[in-house]
Parts: sequence; structure tokens; C-alpha cells
Amino acid sequence: MQEIIENKITESNGVATEEMILNMGPQHPSTHGVLRLELLLEGEIIKKVTPHIGYLHRCFEKHAEAMTYPQVVPYVDRMDYLASMGNEFGYVVAVEKLVDIKVPERVEYIRVIMAELQRIASHLVALGTYGADIGAMTPFLFCFRDREKILHLFEITCGARLLYNYMWVGGLSHDLHPDFIRLTKEFIQYFRPKVVELNELLTNNKIFIERTANIGILPVDVAINYGVSGPMLRGSGFKWDIRRNDPYSIYDRFDFDIPVGQGLMGTVGDSWDRYYVRVLEMEESLKIIEQAIEQIPEGNVSEAIPKRIKPPVGEVYARIENPRGELGYYIISDGTTNPFRVKVRPPSFVNLAVMDELCRGHMVADVIAILGSVDIVLGEVDR
Amino acid sequence: MIYDFLFELTGSEFLAGLIQSLLPLFLFILPFALFAVWWERKISAHMQDRLGPMRVGWHGWLQTIADILKLLQKEDIVPRDVDKPLFNLAPVLVFMGSYAVFAAIPFSGAFIGSNIDLGLFYIVAVSGIVVASILMAGWASNNKYSLLGAMRSAAQIISYEIPTMIVVVTIVMITGTLNLYTLSEMQTGYFWNWMIFGGPGFGVDKFLFIPLMIIAFFILYISTLAEVNRTPFDIPEAESELVAGYHTEYSGMKFAMFFLAEYANMFAVSAIVSAVFFGGYQSPFGYLGNTLGIEWLIPIEQFFWFTAKGLFFIFVQMWLRWTLPRLRVDQLMALCWKYLIPISFVNLLIVGLITVL
Repeated sequence: MQEIIENKITESNGVATEEMILNMGPQHPSTHGVLRLELLLEGEIIKKVTPHIGYLHRCFEKHAEAMTYPQVVPYVDRMDYLASMGNEFGYVVAVEKLVDIKVPERVEYIRVIMAELQRIASHLVALGTYGADIGAMTPFLFCFRDREKILHLFEITCGARLLYNYMWVGGLSHDLHPDFIRLTKEFIQYFRPKVVELNELLTNNKIFIERTANIGILPVDVAINYGVSGPMLRGSGFKWDIRRNDPYSIYDRFDFDIPVGQGLMGTVGDSWDRYYVRVLEMEESLKIIEQAIEQIPEGNVSEAIPKRIKPPVGEVYARIENPRGELGYYIISDGTTNPFRVKVRPPSFVNLAVMDELCRGHMVADVIAILGSVDIVLGEVDR
Repeated sequence: MIYDFLFELTGSEFLAGLIQSLLPLFLFILPFALFAVWWERKISAHMQDRLGPMRVGWHGWLQTIADILKLLQKEDIVPRDVDKPLFNLAPVLVFMGSYAVFAAIPFSGAFIGSNIDLGLFYIVAVSGIVVASILMAGWASNNKYSLLGAMRSAAQIISYEIPTMIVVVTIVMITGTLNLYTLSEMQTGYFWNWMIFGGPGFGVDKFLFIPLMIIAFFILYISTLAEVNRTPFDIPEAESELVAGYHTEYSGMKFAMFFLAEYANMFAVSAIVSAVFFGGYQSPFGYLGNTLGIEWLIPIEQFFWFTAKGLFFIFVQMWLRWTLPRLRVDQLMALCWKYLIPISFVNLLIVGLITVL
């Protein structure tokens, strides 16, 4: 049952003041999709935030039960549509674990490159829209300009720019384009100065710091209690990254750091820290891509793709580090070609739950600053 | 003066005055607002690695005209639960407020809508109408976002009028006039006669005034930015928070009125800044008309300089808008009450002391 909030009328000094309920969304420029936030306001101060979700529910998990295992992949794309490669990665890792397929080395390397490029693209959208939420429009367009280069790399690889259907169980739909390695190296060269530019324009801007530092502080114990993951958890100062703590694919071979929030501009775990962790993570992703490009072996990307997937009766849970946090797949097999159940643990959904804790006592304008730093994708929250 | 010419032409004081007061509206404000909208879109586009409007006319210069035509044709939607008279009156008033400001602004030595002695005071007073109409729009819309936007806007504009007024008083202390025409005429000659460089004359006080005037200029410019709701002070219409603020419920031509008023206002405040500190319509280095001995060239040159200065300050406004994020409403108030007002008061005191001595 949904809790019904009564308008409370309080009297002080003979003046009756009334708490106001403001529905932010689902048609609102800054709710990053179709989220509705029910704000209980006293003046401009937030007393309570209730997120209402479900406007983008598409029954993905039920759909998956009517599909064969490879047919689920395109559906997975549509969850976190800003990080489709990551979604596919998690799903194929889970199914390969269930069926016990060993994929060729080249496939692993390409998957890592794609996932890390996708992480940069996704973080660029997160940082750009965050700037736009705070009121700076130009960094938003700069970020999208750089993201376009990554989308171009995806496009020459598999023909799609947003929903790729690229990683298949046991392999990939296409091998790399002959130009891919060269273009990726060029992109890395091009992108490093752009991060500096972003830092000059937005990260270290006085007004931006005023708006985000000490806003929406998430203490590390609260974060862990809510099951928060990804840049949000790291922003609170806890060094937790599935790529390092529970390595999947070939992530144990690469050398990279895990940036955590340090409270440089305010308190550890504020919105600025969450933002800055994403900026630093882009650099780490670049490092991983550079190493992967150096080491990538030759091979056939489609040799391990099975003709028909019929896993034994059983269940599997696999998790990966998506740009937004821990993405988990729990798949139950009843021995047929269709999965019996596909349950997703979406990072955005779990991270969104902490909104009320973060927003209480802040102002209406801060809700935007906090929601932007949580960085949700409604396609994944609702599935 | 244009008034004398019109008086001879029509033979009626009333007609001459009417035409003269309507001239800036049709000759300047409306075309300028159309131009400024296009200009802003081009500037923002080039700052963001885009092209902006390119299809309608050369580099899209007809785009705003096309937009206005579209807005004129749109259905005039009045939501059911609004306060109708106020809802309809607000856009007219907001446009009136920003237009009335132009009456006291000298466009050139030969043309000023109304040469009143209380020019500066009149401008500050008339822009108060804008607050009333914004509040009216927000209240009448019967929309929570509009109401929040209007409340913020009223608080912001009223607060920032205080440092504006103090700076104006500072100037009045030095020049002894509130008349913008006289003020501009005082700063004639070369650019070192401008108020920002201590005003006319070559006493010791001129050099003492320079740093104080620079501080005063920055305070005035920041507060005018806040008064016209431009970034970083565009909180009333903060798109990402309050949808469109006080004009959320407006559509069609009524929306266009708010929009045009905003751009007209931008020019008005830029004109005030340039008239007070940068010599108004005065050329920084003599007139070609004087050198060549062609007298009718001088007002045209003056108009050119006036527009150029105005456009420069508008360019800076746009530049700031597309670079900076937005302050929060309490931070905005803190900036005004904790920094601008005390600094401008101290500035006023020092200027007063120097003037007395």
C-alpha cells in the first residue's frame, strides 16, 4: 500500500503554514526520463521524498521466459540503454557460467574494450547531464560531442549506435573493424585533453562546487545498508569494484586504480565526490583499453558460439561492474532452451532507493543536484 | 532634436510626443529583440561546437521571425483554473515595464524618448513593474512551479535593486545629476572622460575614483544580471528545476511577450551600464563628423557607439550564460546581502568622503 501523505497545517505565531506536495515528474526536464518524485515541502525545504517508478515498465523479466537464451540479448540492451554493452556483458557471462562455455581469448579482450568504452560513454552522459541540471549547458554538449566518437567506434563494429546486440553467448556478432584499433588509439589521444577541459569548465567551477559540495552526503554505512553500488558507493569512500573484488572475464589481468571519494571540496560522500569519481573512472577505463589493445590476440570470435543452448537444470548468479554499479543476473534453468526465470539486480533501482535519505533537509534545487549525482536510467529501474 | 522635427511635421504637440515615444519600440526594441534571440542562439551554438540555426535565410537570420510567426498562429491556451484577468494582464505588463525603460535612455545626442531629470531613478522605478507582473503571472497560473518561480524572482529582483540603487547614488554623488542625457554629455570627448576612468576633469580625485568606479561597475553589472534573470542568476526560470518558472503555463504570443521582454530588458540594463560608466552614446575617440565638418553624421555615429556598447555587454551576458552553472536561491541571496550590499555601501562612503574633501 502506498503511504498517503496528508497536508499538515501547522500554526506558528498565529500564521498558519501548510506543507506543500510537489510532484516532480514524470514530465519534468530533470528527472532523467519518467521518474516521478513526490516532494513534501515546507517552503523550499524537503521534508520527504517518495520516488514513484514504473512508467517505463516493459515486463522484460517475463518476456525473457518466453525466449531462448540467445534471444534475450537484444532485450537486455534496452534496460540500461546508456550502457547496453555492459548489460550484454553481464548476461553472457551469466549464461556462459550456466552452460560452462569457454570463450576464445580474443572475444574476452574485445568484450573488455567494448565495456570500458561504454563506461566512458555512459559516464560522459552522466557528467554532461549533471552539468545541465546544475545549469551549465555547454559541458553537456561537449560531453555528447565526445560520446559521439565512441558511438562511432561501436557503429563501425556492429552497425548500431545504442542497442548493439553485439555480445552473444560464446562469442560476438562481428569481429573488430580493420580500422577499430587505430581509431580507438586516436580516440584515447583525443579524449585525454578533453577530460582536462571538462575539469576546467565544470569540475573546478566555483559555482558548481557551491552547488554540489556538502549536498546529499551519503555516509558509507548508510550506503552499504541500502546496497548502493558503483560510483555512488565509491563516492562515499568505500573501495569496492566488482572488477577488482570479484573479477569476471579477464579483468584480473589489467592494472587500474579504483578511485574513491575523498571529500576534496566538502564532506566525503557528497554529490561532488560522486561526480568526481566518475571523472576519474574515465581515465582508469582509458588505461584498461590501452592495455587491452596492446595485448589483444588473433582468433575467431564466433567459433565458440553454440548452435543451441540447453543448459542443465540449475541456477546461476553472475555480477559485473556496470557504469552505474553492480549489475547482477540470476538465471534459473529448468533444462529447456528457454530460461525459467531471469532476475536482474539493476544498480539504478537500488541506488534510487537512497534518495529520501539524501534529500531530507535540502532545498528543491538540491533534489536535482542529488538526483543527477545518483545517475539513474529509468529503463533499468523499471525494466 | 527629433521632437522639433516631428512637431514641425505634424503641427501637434500630442502627435509629436506620441510618435517620438513609439519610435524606439518599432525602430529599435522589436527588431533588436528579434536579432538578439538569433544572436544568442548563434553564440551559444558556436561556443558548443554547433552551427545553430542555418536553414532560414543566410545563417538562419530569419529564424526568429519564423518563430514569431509560428507563435502568433498558435492557439492561445488559457488553462481552466487560472485567474483569467491577471493571467492575461501579466505578459502585457511585463512587456510594458521593459519597454517603458527605453523612454529615458538616450540613444544618441539627438534622440532621447523623454529627457526627464530623474532619468536613472525613473528607470529603476519602472523596472519594478516587471516584478509585479512576474508575481502576477506566477500567482495567476495556479501552478506550483510557476508560484515557486515567481516568488524566487520577486525576492531576487527586489534584493538586487538595493546594490543597483546604491551604485546609482554613488554616481549621483560624483556627477550631481540623475539625468542620463546630462550624464552622457558630461562624459564627452575621449574615453578617459568616462566614469569608469574617474569621470571628466583631471584632478587628484579622478585617480582616486578609478578603483572605486571599477568596483562600482562590477557590482552594478552583477546586479543587473540578476535583475534580468540571466545565468548564473536565472533561478526564477531555472529550466532543470522549475520547468520554465513563472511562464510555465504560457504559450503562443503571450509566451513570446515574456521572451521578447527578457531580451529588451537585457539591452536596457546594458544601455544603463554603458550610459553610467562607459560614456553612453559618446565615442571613445572623437567623431568623424567633427573632423569632416558634417554635422548630421555625429548623431548617427553616436547611435552606432551606443548600440556597439550595448551589444558588447549583451555579448558578455550571453558568454556568462553559456559558461557558468546556476547558483542556488539561498546562495544568490547570500551573495547579494553578504557581499554586494556591504561592499557597495563602503564604496559609497569612500566616494562621499572624497567628494566632500
